[in-house]
Amino acid sequence: MTKRLWLVITFPSTTAAMAMESYCQKHDLPGRLIPVPTSITAECGMCWRAPIESRDLFDVAVADDVVSGGCFYELWL
Amino acid sequence: MIYLDNAATTVRKPDTVAEAMVKALQGWGNSSRGVHDTSLQAARGIYSARCKAAAFFGCRRPDHVAFASNITESLNVAISGLLRPGDRAITTALEHNSVLRPLYRLQDEQRLDLAIVPADSQGCLDYKSLEEALRQETKAVICTHASNLTGNVVDLRRVSELAHKSGALLIADCAQTAGTRPVDMEDLGIDVLCFTGHKGLLGPQGTGGLCAREGLNWRPFKVGGTGVQSYSRTQPQLMPTVLEAGTLNGPGIAGLSAALDYISSVGLDKIAQRESELTQRFYSGVRDIQGVTVYGDFSRERAAVVALNIADLDSGAVADVLAEDYGIAVRAGAHCAPLMHKALGTQERGAVRFSFSWFTEDAEIDAAVLAVREIAERT
Repeated sequence: MTKRLWLVITFPSTTAAMAMESYCQKHDLPGRLIPVPTSITAECGMCWRAPIESRDLFDVAVADDVVSGGCFYELWL
Repeated sequence: MIYLDNAATTVRKPDTVAEAMVKALQGWGNSSRGVHDTSLQAARGIYSARCKAAAFFGCRRPDHVAFASNITESLNVAISGLLRPGDRAITTALEHNSVLRPLYRLQDEQRLDLAIVPADSQGCLDYKSLEEALRQETKAVICTHASNLTGNVVDLRRVSELAHKSGALLIADCAQTAGTRPVDMEDLGIDVLCFTGHKGLLGPQGTGGLCAREGLNWRPFKVGGTGVQSYSRTQPQLMPTVLEAGTLNGPGIAGLSAALDYISSVGLDKIAQRESELTQRFYSGVRDIQGVTVYGDFSRERAAVVALNIADLDSGAVADVLAEDYGIAVRAGAHCAPLMHKALGTQERGAVRFSFSWFTEDAEIDAAVLAVREIAERT
């Protein structure tokens, strides 16, 4: 398995993760839900993983308060 | 069987409810317990139901909808979760034991200062007494939207205005109104709206929940597994996780979600109008029968419930004759509403309650009226 740098967004609850997934589908943002990597001290068991080069696309999600309470990471996975 | 016990639970449901439940039973994993497809299907389905419930009840945020197994649990969660030892709370004589018993327990065990606003002989709330009771510092008013015995609807907007003027929260028991008339927490000023899924909402038993406004300080009624913050000794404080320890009833919530779709497709106003017509049809048919006493105020808006007694007959005996001789299912007895029966003067023999739903037919109402007439004439 070759590691690659990813954008990882965590959430404070499963409901928040579901809201993010719904938002990303609606706004055609890339990525999918994955288990939270153990290298992150996460609150929710799932996180959003997206290509690192798509980082700027998620500014709209931040502006719309969809990732409130969550954190952004750049991780080799 | 003519089923007229819809205030207890609705039996006729949209076909899509059972279909959605079977699909969930056969395909959903455990929401928030994994990120594989079956778990995500459950999480997505439950999130979708949250969004629908939030829109349905005028709750600003889907994540402030917390599911429960029924409205008794919702009310326990709200009452035990928001009241603290020594607080003052106000409730009414219209309430079901799902409100009264949690409050009595706090009164007995945690020094809750509890005031109970009376009702008149028609079962109507005494708003003046409520206003007077609110003069002292009060944490919350816990009030039904409609009596499960008389069907009288409480003016919750008026109650919330009085409560908020005194800095108190309004916790509303919407067991008899959710799904049968528009109930909007913003419009009515409700701080915590408790609902059940299996009555007017036409969903399955084992479902219910609450919608909460933002900023409330919850002490969860139950704590445990959440799928998040597993190394924390305490329950996560974020809504809805704070109120949802343990595995959620995925198949039930799937059914509730389908029921919400059905009601939205029909239209709440249309359902309310139909249930009002059914209630008036029955009331008009029985009110002048000699020996029949009907309880409640029929001059104002009401839920689709009519309670009555026939002469001096025991309410249970009347219900049994209706079931055995006429094939009509109704509810007799105390209806878990002891203070309401006291106000009506019916605590000794209870009352016979007929309650209707969107699926009740005119012919069923007419058959019930005829049955009441025949029983009264034989007495």
